[in-house]
Amino acid sequence: MLDFLQMIVSGIAVGSSYALMGLAMVIIYKTSEVVNFAQGEMALLSSFLTYMVLEYHGFSIYVAIPCALLFAILLGCFLEFAVLRRAKEPNVLGLIIITIGLEMILMGFVSWKFGADHKTMPFPISPYDSVAIGEVFISSLEILNLIVAVAIMLFFFIFFRYSKLGLAMKATQQNLVAARLMGIRTNRILMITWGVSSLVGCMAGLLLSPVIMHPYMMWDPMLKGFAAAVLGGMTSLPGAVFGAYILGIIENLFGGYVSIEFKSIVAFVIIVLVLCFKPSGLFARHYVKKV
Amino acid sequence: MKPLLEIKNIETYYDLIYAIRGASLAIEEGSITAVLGNNGAGKSTILKTTMGLIEDQPDKGTIEFKGQRIDGKDTEEIVRLGISYVPEGREVFEELTVRENLLMGAYTQPNRRQINTAFERVYHHFPLLKDRENQWAGTLSGGEQQMLAIGRALMSRPELLLLDEPSLGLSPLLVKEIFDIIKMIHAEGVTILLVEQNARMALSIANVGLIVENGRFVMKGPAKDLMGDKDVQEFYMGVRSEASVKGYQRWKRKKRWR
Repeated sequence: MLDFLQMIVSGIAVGSSYALMGLAMVIIYKTSEVVNFAQGEMALLSSFLTYMVLEYHGFSIYVAIPCALLFAILLGCFLEFAVLRRAKEPNVLGLIIITIGLEMILMGFVSWKFGADHKTMPFPISPYDSVAIGEVFISSLEILNLIVAVAIMLFFFIFFRYSKLGLAMKATQQNLVAARLMGIRTNRILMITWGVSSLVGCMAGLLLSPVIMHPYMMWDPMLKGFAAAVLGGMTSLPGAVFGAYILGIIENLFGGYVSIEFKSIVAFVIIVLVLCFKPSGLFARHYVKKV
Repeated sequence: MKPLLEIKNIETYYDLIYAIRGASLAIEEGSITAVLGNNGAGKSTILKTTMGLIEDQPDKGTIEFKGQRIDGKDTEEIVRLGISYVPEGREVFEELTVRENLLMGAYTQPNRRQINTAFERVYHHFPLLKDRENQWAGTLSGGEQQMLAIGRALMSRPELLLLDEPSLGLSPLLVKEIFDIIKMIHAEGVTILLVEQNARMALSIANVGLIVENGRFVMKGPAKDLMGDKDVQEFYMGVRSEASVKGYQRWKRKKRWR
């Protein structure tokens, strides 16, 4: 029984980083229907640059982290402005392929600049201190991760529902032409979206990097985050977060009771099952067009 | 006096299709202008070109709004100058509520108090929308969506309202209601440019009527004169002039404007 509880708690902890990646992907998908496969690598670049200023230039972590977050926003805006907007007569598939290309470029850049060996990010909250809740252990970094994920989810949930900018983002996704007819500067909206999404992804990267840090570190969380977003219906922020926790828990339980080798395929089995039985996801409300 | 909107000799291409072949149009402030024509004549294209919705068009010609060139500008900027466009087929934001749709219509308005008066004005014209305030726009009926689209366009307090086939797919009763509301909006001081298939209805509320054929204006006149014109009656209102004893029309009337 104790094992079971511990597995669930660890599952929730793992789920938090999936949740952040999932949120980042949902934010972009919500406004432009593009699945951004470069999400992980955008976070990767921000995390490695943080590592660089911390280790090589001796900045304080309290300076480095705000700078990293700012850099992440600018990176997101820049990629949208310089690459995605230049696509001539874009369709969704083409844009997705562009993000895959970006992913490769960014990953290549990071491996070239920093090498493929493992590093450790000096972080004030250690992943090895743990807090005992009853007899179940959870590390303090994992708690931070959880808090950040839930806080960001709540923030964006409220943002998309009540703020003018959030509504404009949703309007842009639903009907680009009509949004322009309302006077919404859709190009700017898309750029902001990419910046914000890159910011959320960067947080996931920074929270992951004290545990594991090499150029391939974001690939797995990103795919799992994508799986979680699909599970939650791709447009629902709470859906992505709960999807991520469900995914983390199921994965851990599968690893504990069935087979540790096949643990990582669980996410993809879940995607396939969701797409077969409830393609709109578990949490999304969708208006079905009357024909 | 200079007209509010002045389109001079515009030519528009859809790729290789030569859609508008030199159309000129001047809209006086405070008028209702009806643009009539068959399917594919280019009515909607003229409006879309005006709004900058067709990329890189007009190919030739100029469009001026209040003396300012607007051809080649982005749609967003044209809207901000005070033109609203109600697109053909409504195009509401289906997964936003009615209220949120209207709020998006007021996106360019910074002043909260003015947004509230705009809400009141729209709910005054369309009391039905108030009842449906928190419903998703996609769940409204066609007529309600058309009302929402017009209401949304009014939220930015435009000086010029472009309406693209407001009667499309609506029952005759609803068409009458929509046109009554358009008249009311006009009475509040909004200049209106109306594109319609329903010629009789459109001419009944308009001051000026124009007829488009093959991407050109072929006729212009006061709406009353057009109503009384034999050609217009025959080709756009379905009035049969003489028929044979058996009820067949054995000859085809020749259009005089070609």
